[in-house]
Amino acid sequence: MASSPGKQPAQPELESIVRGNRRSDLVMAGIGMIVLLVAMALLAAVFIDLAVKGWPRLINPDFYINFPSRHPEQAGILSAAVGTTLVMLVTALVAIPLGVAAGVYLEEYAARSWITDVIEINVSNLAGVPSIIYGLLALGLFVHAFGLGETILTAGLVLALLILPVIIVATREAIRSIPLELREAAYGLGADKWQTVRLYVLPAARPGILTGAIVGLARAIGEAAPVITIGALTFIAFLPPPPVQAQPPFINFEWLSSPFTVMPIQLFNWVSRPQAEFHINAAATGVVLMVMTLGMNGLAIYIRYRLRRDAR
Amino acid sequence: MQTLNAMHSKKPDKIPMKNINETVYVTSGADAAAAASNTLRADVKSLSFWYGENRALSSVSMPVWDRKITALIGPSGCGKSTLLRSFNRMHDLYPGNRYDGEIRLYPEDRNLIEMDPGLVRLRVGMVFQKPNPFPKSIFENVAAGLRVRGIHRRAVLDERVEKSLKDAALWNEVKDRMHDSAYSLSGGQQQRLCIARALAPQPDLLLLDEPTSALDPIATAKIEDLLTGLRQSVTVIIVTHNMQQAARISDLTGYMHMGELIEYGDTGELFTNPREKRTSDYITGRFG
Ligand SMILES: Nc1ncnc2c1ncn2[C@@H]1O[C@H](COP(=O)(O)OP(=O)(O)OP(=O)(O)O)[C@@H](O)[C@H]1O
Ligand SMILES: [Mg+2]
Repeated sequence: MASSPGKQPAQPELESIVRGNRRSDLVMAGIGMIVLLVAMALLAAVFIDLAVKGWPRLINPDFYINFPSRHPEQAGILSAAVGTTLVMLVTALVAIPLGVAAGVYLEEYAARSWITDVIEINVSNLAGVPSIIYGLLALGLFVHAFGLGETILTAGLVLALLILPVIIVATREAIRSIPLELREAAYGLGADKWQTVRLYVLPAARPGILTGAIVGLARAIGEAAPVITIGALTFIAFLPPPPVQAQPPFINFEWLSSPFTVMPIQLFNWVSRPQAEFHINAAATGVVLMVMTLGMNGLAIYIRYRLRRDAR
Repeated sequence: MQTLNAMHSKKPDKIPMKNINETVYVTSGADAAAAASNTLRADVKSLSFWYGENRALSSVSMPVWDRKITALIGPSGCGKSTLLRSFNRMHDLYPGNRYDGEIRLYPEDRNLIEMDPGLVRLRVGMVFQKPNPFPKSIFENVAAGLRVRGIHRRAVLDERVEKSLKDAALWNEVKDRMHDSAYSLSGGQQQRLCIARALAPQPDLLLLDEPTSALDPIATAKIEDLLTGLRQSVTVIIVTHNMQQAARISDLTGYMHMGELIEYGDTGELFTNPREKRTSDYITGRFG
């Protein structure tokens, strides 16, 4: 049955159109699936390879509570894990408030002008600057000019700079995705700009912002280059002073100015040893790092899911 | 000039009938008598509006009577929403928009176009075409306008939220689920929630932009009932595409065409005895 022009095509023709659509859907889905599987398989291969190599150390509790040592079978990641945790703490406390504030400013407050355009382009470009450049900047600025030394504070600050663009961009995108109707509803009630942003826009944008922050931190946790550049030690057999103490004022900030190492540096250090036993330690450290990174990404997904659901 | 002054006095003897900017102001004798006991809530005077270069309102003049429902009708794109959104300065949220003329707000007789937009919006509530509740609980949605005004006392919030929900004819449906998400409500319930939210801060003027266009007839009837019920306490301006709706619920109707207010006055008069050919063409469905 041929259809005459202007008329609805006959039933068999419609069916063949639907079949054709379904076929191209299947092809696209297939290609997507293959690409995804390849990526997942590569990741899994790396992970399994490291896990198998590092297994003897991974199952040994000493590995987690020992300092590094000249004897590979006694060496552990304690100082590196503590260093990473404290550096990440500084990074998060600096980068998240700054990044969110900058994103809110650029999206809600800044007047459109060539200056904001330049800032915008620069922020996006900063996300692509090699991390070692940030290390050089920090070496000149924080270590020497500000005299902060080769400390946890410096490392936290440089990693905060590194992920600032990620958080700014994520914040802006999250804010931009808030529908206009929601803003008009808030302004329509007489809310001023700050009330609108604080009470309605930011809470609605929280899933996107948190995801950006965690993805940024997950990147920072694996960075070695900028931390090496500022002069982190590669062999640390002591812990920074604890941030809490028994005597008033109960918290202290000496840990900020303590020397430190972080996990990627520890890993790098062990990989570059000639003895094969150290390579086992390196593999095990790699597994721990990957678990931490994947765990943080998982957390980001979970938070996003929870907040989205609560918002319904 | 006498009529303009009459429009400004709080108790005009009768609704002015004089032509201003060629708008035809219709009124019946009975209505003029009714209006005599009324006061002005707002008065639009030669208001023009531009979206950038694009002129959307041409010298609109229109008194808004206190505690009456005023309907704005007209074909799509004629400027109904533009006029409505001028009353709460919504246009000020976007760059490039420009007003000319005045909207005098009573009783203090100030030009709201020159007031602080935030101050204006604190007094003029708005309900939008698409229900737009916040992603928060039912209670917090209704309390939102109160919180914006710095009211956080639980007892006050509870009382005002309950009263607004009752006024919006939603209380019985939500009283046992005040802390559920507003998104768990149906579209019609969400729109009544938005009306309750707008009512809670007790605005002087309530603007509604096609509030029922996304709703089924039953939900629409509920909202029409609640609006006619509000008539004693609130001044309402409503934009609608539905002429039966305008005829059913409004006291006064304005017919707009291409950014101009063609005819304005008593709803019964305007629908049964329009003075302008364009108005009668529109309401009899010959056009628009
Ligand atoms: N944001 C805007 N920027 C530029 N022009 C606009 C904008 N909003 C509306 N306009 C124009 O202004 C005129 C009036 O629009 P308005 O939205 O007030 O019409 P309306 O009467 O509410 O129509 P409808 O019944 O379709 O809602 C139209 O010509 C429209 O194209
Ligand atoms: Mg409109």
